[in-house]
Amino acid sequence: MIWLLLTVPFIAGLAALALENNRVRRGLLLSAAAVHGGLVIEAWRHPISLQVSGWLGLDEASLLFLGITSALFLAAAVSATGTLRMEEASRQAQGHVSAPSNAHERIFTACLLLFLASMTLVVVSRHLGLLWVAVEATTLASAPLIYHHRHKRSLEAAWKYLLICSVGIALALLGNFFLAVSTSVGTGQQIPLNLDDLMAGAAGLDPAWLKAAFLLLLIGYGTKMGLAPMHTWLPDAHSEAPPVVSALLSGALLNCAFLGIMRVQSVLTAAGLGEFGRQQLVLFGLLSMAIAAVFLLTQTDYKRMLAYSSVEHMGVLALGAGLGGVGSLGAALHALNHSMAKAALFLTAGNILTVARTKEMGSVRGLLSTAPVAASMWFAGILAVVGSPPFGLFTSELIILKAAVDGGRWWVAAGYLTALSVAFVAMIWAVVKMVFGEPSLPAAVTPPDRWQAILMYLGPAVLLSGVLLTGLYLPGPLYSLLQSAAGLLGGR
Amino acid sequence: MANMTDTLAILLILTNFRLLGSSRLWSCIQTVAIQAVLLGLLPLLTNPELTLRVGMILAGMTFIKAVVLPWLVRRSAREVQVKREIEPMVGFTVSLLVGVGLLAVGVAASRRMALPSQLSSPLLVAVAVFTILTGLFLIVARKKAITQVLGYLVMENGIYSFGMAYAVQEPFLVEMGILLDVWAAVFVMGIAIHHIHSAYDHIDTDRLSALKE
Repeated sequence: MIWLLLTVPFIAGLAALALENNRVRRGLLLSAAAVHGGLVIEAWRHPISLQVSGWLGLDEASLLFLGITSALFLAAAVSATGTLRMEEASRQAQGHVSAPSNAHERIFTACLLLFLASMTLVVVSRHLGLLWVAVEATTLASAPLIYHHRHKRSLEAAWKYLLICSVGIALALLGNFFLAVSTSVGTGQQIPLNLDDLMAGAAGLDPAWLKAAFLLLLIGYGTKMGLAPMHTWLPDAHSEAPPVVSALLSGALLNCAFLGIMRVQSVLTAAGLGEFGRQQLVLFGLLSMAIAAVFLLTQTDYKRMLAYSSVEHMGVLALGAGLGGVGSLGAALHALNHSMAKAALFLTAGNILTVARTKEMGSVRGLLSTAPVAASMWFAGILAVVGSPPFGLFTSELIILKAAVDGGRWWVAAGYLTALSVAFVAMIWAVVKMVFGEPSLPAAVTPPDRWQAILMYLGPAVLLSGVLLTGLYLPGPLYSLLQSAAGLLGGR
Repeated sequence: MANMTDTLAILLILTNFRLLGSSRLWSCIQTVAIQAVLLGLLPLLTNPELTLRVGMILAGMTFIKAVVLPWLVRRSAREVQVKREIEPMVGFTVSLLVGVGLLAVGVAASRRMALPSQLSSPLLVAVAVFTILTGLFLIVARKKAITQVLGYLVMENGIYSFGMAYAVQEPFLVEMGILLDVWAAVFVMGIAIHHIHSAYDHIDTDRLSALKE
């Protein structure tokens, strides 16, 4: 089962590299995404296949993040098909169907699929060394995606992404080494870096080395997750990448890095040092939220605004996990909600971009009359992501606030609320100006044909209704999954 | 044995200082290669009873680190015609002084941690930390994309030397990971450098500033 989850996207990725025909390749992308989704549903329905052993395994936390990744990828694959189709049409309209751009599309599709395979590996690995290799693989698979459009700005973004994330990942490797040292200092007997073995032998770990290892891993994976102050690559990469890629980076990849941190945190908790780890998480969480809120106030580019909002929400995740207890449940729910909302927003931003042809917020006005569908989805998505009811993010943010208040941590609660409200005001203010008012664009944009419209709007629409649903009603199985995932994430 | 290990550690320290003080790209690349060879010798001293399998992996790793990677970097340096780092963010004399400070940090760090018994020389941990910090410093303090890649390699060497100093038997996969990591990173970065060059006609990353906040 797990092997299928890994090999399907991997082989499809290799095949996409070899396929010549554009239509067949897009079909392959869609069907691989659908098969992956089907496998995840199958794993969900038959917990018997959840047996955890050795290097790979599916526990509830993996299942939650795997579900998010797979659903997002399916939505992104649909949108990607639309985008690629449109790009090809515009190439043909300009009269040159050149070979290199065809090759670009081939690499793009292949990297998307390999990206899915590597993210799946992150989620299912039970060995911290393997987890590390998988996180590194996500970086390598996604760097060419950011650089897809091949202009200067996307090159700069890809360079920053590669360099900063490679340094982060190198520090995480050092953290793994420290962890290995911590197992043998006390006893002289090395424990393999397997999660189960580590948890079982946690009492024998050397606290000083373990703490150092946690800090290194937190900084390393935190770079990938976009926690401040290691977030500097994120706004560039997320704003310069094609919208489909931004959706995956923001919605799926950041979560994977978060899962990596939480795996280490669970070892720390088992060793009786959970409080130390939680303090760091609260600290980094609040810092990320504060920095993101400040930068949200000054953004003029709407995709960059979404990127900073991702930094803010990663802060919320870290804070929720750091508060522990009911906060962990909030963090698990928040990860689900944020992924759906943010991916929908990035995909919608892509749709706006095709209409408006600019990322400047100042030049987009009165979108409601020029592109009503995109504009209403955009507005709904922003309302969701700033945490207004009835969307799911309101619930999860409220749960995390409750965790802070229950623990009597008033300063944390105050900082949390301040950052959230600054972000709320900044984003709503910017978006109201974009959506309402006098249209700045010529209304006579040729409407896309029906297939194109379906491909463009289907993904974000489904994701947005998902966020709405989790806000109104949490189905029982989903709730119990979230609860056990939160338990695994260190919430006792 | 311990004597030899200490000699190696001191040689590693010297390579770091050469990297910090040299402006010529050529000698920097050469120094990184020398460092890799020294690292390849290290496990022979720390672990006398090497199996054939471990030996083969070590030999392969050293070959890639000492021959293939420097060759790749040198090739891309030739392609973009960079010979020296002319205007670093931090001058070379100051860099050397910073290096002394970093070495002190490394020694201090190695004293504070309880070391496992396998470590034959406490100096090695200090050197590993020093090498990692040197790599980080090079990434921050140099402008050219190629020098930054070199800094990254130095940092990797430092992490690797920590792994070597500690144990070669256990985390095999992790070590394979290092290999993948270094190789693939430089491979991809090499391509990136190439594109930066063709897009901008220079490879100064500080002039990549369209996205400055």
